[in-house]
Amino acid sequence: MGTDYQSLSFEYQRCNEQQESQEQPGITHPVVVVGAGPVGLATAIDLAQQGIEVVLVDDDCILSSGSRAICFSKRSLDIFDRLGCGQRMVDKGVRWNVGKVFLQDNMVYSFDLLPESGHQRPAFINLQQYYVEGFLLDRALQLPNLEIRWKNKVVGLEQDSDGVSLTIDTPDGTYTLRARYVVAADGSRSPVRNLMGLDSKGRIFKDRFLIADVKMEAEFPTERWFWFDPPFHPNQSVLLHRQPDNVWRIDFQLGWDADPVLEKTPERVIPRVQALLGRDAKFELEWVSVYTFSCLRMDKFRHGSVLFAGDSAHGVSPFGARGANSGIQDAENLAWKLAAVLKGQAPDALLDSYAQEREYAADENIRNSTRSTDFITPKSAISRVFRDAVLRLAAQHPFARQLVNSGRLSVPAVLHDSALNTPDRDDFSGNMVPGAPCVDAPLQENAEPGWLLPQLGQEFTALLFCDAKNLHPCIDKAMQAIAAAELPVRLVAVVSDMADAAVLTTVPGVRILHDADGVAAKRYDAQPGTCYLIRPDQHVVARWRNPDRSDMRDALRRALCADAAT
Amino acid sequence: MALNTHANLARPDDFYEALIEMHQGLDDAQSQAVNAQLILLLANHIGDYATLCEAMDYARAASMGSKIGAT
Repeated sequence: MGTDYQSLSFEYQRCNEQQESQEQPGITHPVVVVGAGPVGLATAIDLAQQGIEVVLVDDDCILSSGSRAICFSKRSLDIFDRLGCGQRMVDKGVRWNVGKVFLQDNMVYSFDLLPESGHQRPAFINLQQYYVEGFLLDRALQLPNLEIRWKNKVVGLEQDSDGVSLTIDTPDGTYTLRARYVVAADGSRSPVRNLMGLDSKGRIFKDRFLIADVKMEAEFPTERWFWFDPPFHPNQSVLLHRQPDNVWRIDFQLGWDADPVLEKTPERVIPRVQALLGRDAKFELEWVSVYTFSCLRMDKFRHGSVLFAGDSAHGVSPFGARGANSGIQDAENLAWKLAAVLKGQAPDALLDSYAQEREYAADENIRNSTRSTDFITPKSAISRVFRDAVLRLAAQHPFARQLVNSGRLSVPAVLHDSALNTPDRDDFSGNMVPGAPCVDAPLQENAEPGWLLPQLGQEFTALLFCDAKNLHPCIDKAMQAIAAAELPVRLVAVVSDMADAAVLTTVPGVRILHDADGVAAKRYDAQPGTCYLIRPDQHVVARWRNPDRSDMRDALRRALCADAAT
Repeated sequence: MALNTHANLARPDDFYEALIEMHQGLDDAQSQAVNAQLILLLANHIGDYATLCEAMDYARAASMGSKIGAT
């Protein structure tokens, strides 16, 4: 049996600041992260891995109660891999790629979110939020420069030019916690946001949904099933999805007039579940929740030295799994930038790019989530007419299936317009444009099968494509370009052919990988000499067919906002 | 020219949002009128009579034998 993460409770302990006498000011921590949910934990782990000392405070002493977020996207898994806990998530999680949409009794549409092979991670896993938090916490506890303070509630906040003073309430009373930067990952009701008098604005949707997580032995395949107007729950929608430990998520649309208290009672929930599974079905209720949702975001994710990430900054409907997944992408975007600024490698202005990039991503997520919601719950009579027309046509006519919207599932935003990108000078085709998160590809290292993504990120990486014949001149040239840069850049060389394997493995300081199937070259539209500069968060920031000596330096300066006034 | 019923929309979600947005603030009669005008505009763009007849047949057939949206 694995750990029962839902039953864990963590001990409050007095911290250094509380041992000091009142007269002595405490030290200023480089970063305080508020909120030990998936976003706060991911931010803290990433920073600690970058060598930054972090204090993570949480007002409670337990992990997520209830399954809550259950769909974790490929991008999140790639991030968890970099944070050192991806494999545990994948081992425990339920993998899925296929979704099916039903209208009444009939399937109208089926989609595969990852139709191509050659990726280490699946499109999605389903995993209860308490496992995700538990695995992140286990990883966090391995990092000596990451201190977690349970039952530490932020009750006051003051900013000055050098940072932030937080008033923290504990079972032993209050104390002052000083930080150069604060990451507010404290959820949709964000106490930090409220203390600062800020709000998150947008649309509130007038509909109620019931989540019934049930434990049962069932024959359903591991797919996302979505019904419009099924016979067992007429005129509403239903979602069925599998989680680990034989738990199934069933999400019933109830309508705005449903009584949220009454609908949570077993007397109401059990007949709804039986209507789907059959009267004789054996199941136990694991977790029940009635929810409403809104699509909203803060105007700005950065307010001086306070940076908002995850649900505190933006909220979406659950259809599309864009809540937790986008928050984890916030964490990754922010962590390397904070680390670079705190190490003196970049000016404070780099943090403005966090806000710009993730506000853009939030808009994309909100747009997709709003559209799904408008399709599932039409807001006007005419919207309902079109929705039903699409569904009626979809069974017969393929074109209508692309309009059926039961949730556009989370994919990471391509940061097309980011100021950190160096625009292409050379001709490229394909998806790996500056601002795109890197896609995976199978590669071999010393004849052992492996993957591209684990080679990228954490620090800036130059991804160099070459053939065996010109490997050494190619690497020498790239090393010179890297030497001209102001920061260390890791060099990863991808070789198209392995004419002389013995020679290839002997370049010190360079990872040499073999693109045996040519998949990497194809996905990156690479020719011998093509070089990509990859950010620590695995996003493409620049690329060249044949970089000049100054290209790498210039692109790196741009990616760090080095020329911004400090 | 046979009617193309395979996916052909360049930006399906953008289109669908714009389609619903087109009706913003209209009453039922106005919405009906706007739909009719839209159909006529698109029909003219298609031009070919047989193609239009095929589309009309499919549109009518989809409403037969289905109870969704029936009031």
